[in-house]
Amino acid sequence: MTSKPIVKIENVGQTFSTKSGKFTALRGITLDVSEGEVVTLIGHSGCGKSTLLNLIAGLSLPTSGVLLCDGREIAGPGPERAVVFQNHSLLPWMTCFENVMLAVERVFGRKEGMPKLKARVAAALEMVHMDHAMHKYPHEISGGMKQRVGIARAFAMEPKILLMDEPFGALDALTRAALQDELNGVMAKTGATVVMVTHDVDEAVLLSDRIVMMTNGPAATIGEIVEVKLDRPRERLALAHDTRFADYRATVFEFLYRKQLKKAA
Amino acid sequence: MSAVAILKLTEPPAMVEPAVVKSGAVNRVPTVTVAAAPVSHHEAAERLRDVMRFVIPPLFGVALMIGIWALVAIKSGNIPGPDKTWAAARVLFADPFYQNGPNDQGIGWNVLSSLKRVGIGFGFAALVGIPMGFLLGRFAFMNRMFEPIISLLRPVSPLAWLPIGLLVFQKADPAATWTIFICSIWPMILNTAQGVQRVPQDYLNVARVLGLSEAKVMTRILFPAVLPYMLTGIRLSIGTAWLVIVAAEMLTGGVGIGFWVWDEWNNLKVEHIVIAIFVIGIVGLVLETMLLMLAKRFSYESR
Repeated sequence: MTSKPIVKIENVGQTFSTKSGKFTALRGITLDVSEGEVVTLIGHSGCGKSTLLNLIAGLSLPTSGVLLCDGREIAGPGPERAVVFQNHSLLPWMTCFENVMLAVERVFGRKEGMPKLKARVAAALEMVHMDHAMHKYPHEISGGMKQRVGIARAFAMEPKILLMDEPFGALDALTRAALQDELNGVMAKTGATVVMVTHDVDEAVLLSDRIVMMTNGPAATIGEIVEVKLDRPRERLALAHDTRFADYRATVFEFLYRKQLKKAA
Repeated sequence: MSAVAILKLTEPPAMVEPAVVKSGAVNRVPTVTVAAAPVSHHEAAERLRDVMRFVIPPLFGVALMIGIWALVAIKSGNIPGPDKTWAAARVLFADPFYQNGPNDQGIGWNVLSSLKRVGIGFGFAALVGIPMGFLLGRFAFMNRMFEPIISLLRPVSPLAWLPIGLLVFQKADPAATWTIFICSIWPMILNTAQGVQRVPQDYLNVARVLGLSEAKVMTRILFPAVLPYMLTGIRLSIGTAWLVIVAAEMLTGGVGIGFWVWDEWNNLKVEHIVIAIFVIGIVGLVLETMLLMLAKRFSYESR
């Protein structure tokens, strides 16, 4: 992968003040994400992986340390850091087309005319194979399809980095696999830089260049980082018989279930 | 590749089902009449069951009401029975829009002027209440500031405000409208505020990530998200307004269904009062139904 870092996270910590005093969610997080790289954050629930993603998105600000995107400090959310939310977050009063258009209009509306914008929306929906349901409302399509539209919306913005918060967490296993394959294809086609939160080990190995494994909260931090050196494009069926795939999987499982096993869970 | 295949596997069932039913129906029609007979029989039975379930019970209810009414009328002697009322209604509705000076107008005029008062009072209430609801929902400070005032004033009967209206406006008509304004405004403020507070954080996060302008957030996200709540507020407001207008007009006089009821009481035309009760009920029902339909049009299944 290229070495130019898109996102630099330097010694970041996040503390929330709650009723029962201060709660440290994250501490000492340092991580660089290079251009074109796919990084997944994995860890047990409550380890602050979503908190970290929100920090990169700018939806919340760190209490210590600094985050940079393209050399500038992240002071708030912005369209160059698109987010795919876990529950798709499509606006129910707009069709799929209009949902994507809302994003496209915001990013490209000043420079491009309507026909060009429409073409962008159509292309994005086509990329996730949703062109047949363009003018349907979110409640008329299935959960998997909604998430496709959510992904199309994010890609259509042509962000510098794409942030995904357990994008397939709410889907059934078959749909999830289908979407993972599709995402792999789209990422390969666009060369997107992605940071993705997941709790699915297979998903992490299948999709990422690096897997960032986080220790248990409170005061979670990065435990280990595994570099996944599997060739791309990755074929799910071929990988199922690949011993390296199994090794990577075992490494992550080892970390999650031996080193970081939750006592109460 | 496999993604498309799975998509195709998982999506169709919803589409397949109606197709099967349809082809079944098509097949049924051209087959021999012997085979068709039991089908139509079955359909007839189904229709009969629907009639039994949805038409018969309300009819029983209406019949029961009329029966009790007739009994009470016979027993009491001075309450007009259904027959007498019906006869009076036929005369009354033969010419609902006659005009014999300010104190003797057709029932149509009376209903319309009541609706006009409700419309004006309610309109002003919406103009003030909805923006106020947005402010209260958006800013916790405003919410806490107005909460005690609203909790204090809301339970007050709107009619208690009528003398204040008379004092300020010096006229009966605007005083009645003022009463409607006061009773309509609370549900609108409260429901709009609640709607604004309940806009899912996800939608607001989408707005933040996209970096939408305030105007866009307002028109594309906040307003559509709050609209169903607003419509509930409007429905409650109109319902209360229609309740209150009758009482207000009884006190203020002029033209209006409430005044008409009082006038007919003074004329001792009790059958007209009974008719007025029906008219008030029907108009209220129509208003409610219209607003429910409007609300349905703008309710989005969000999940």
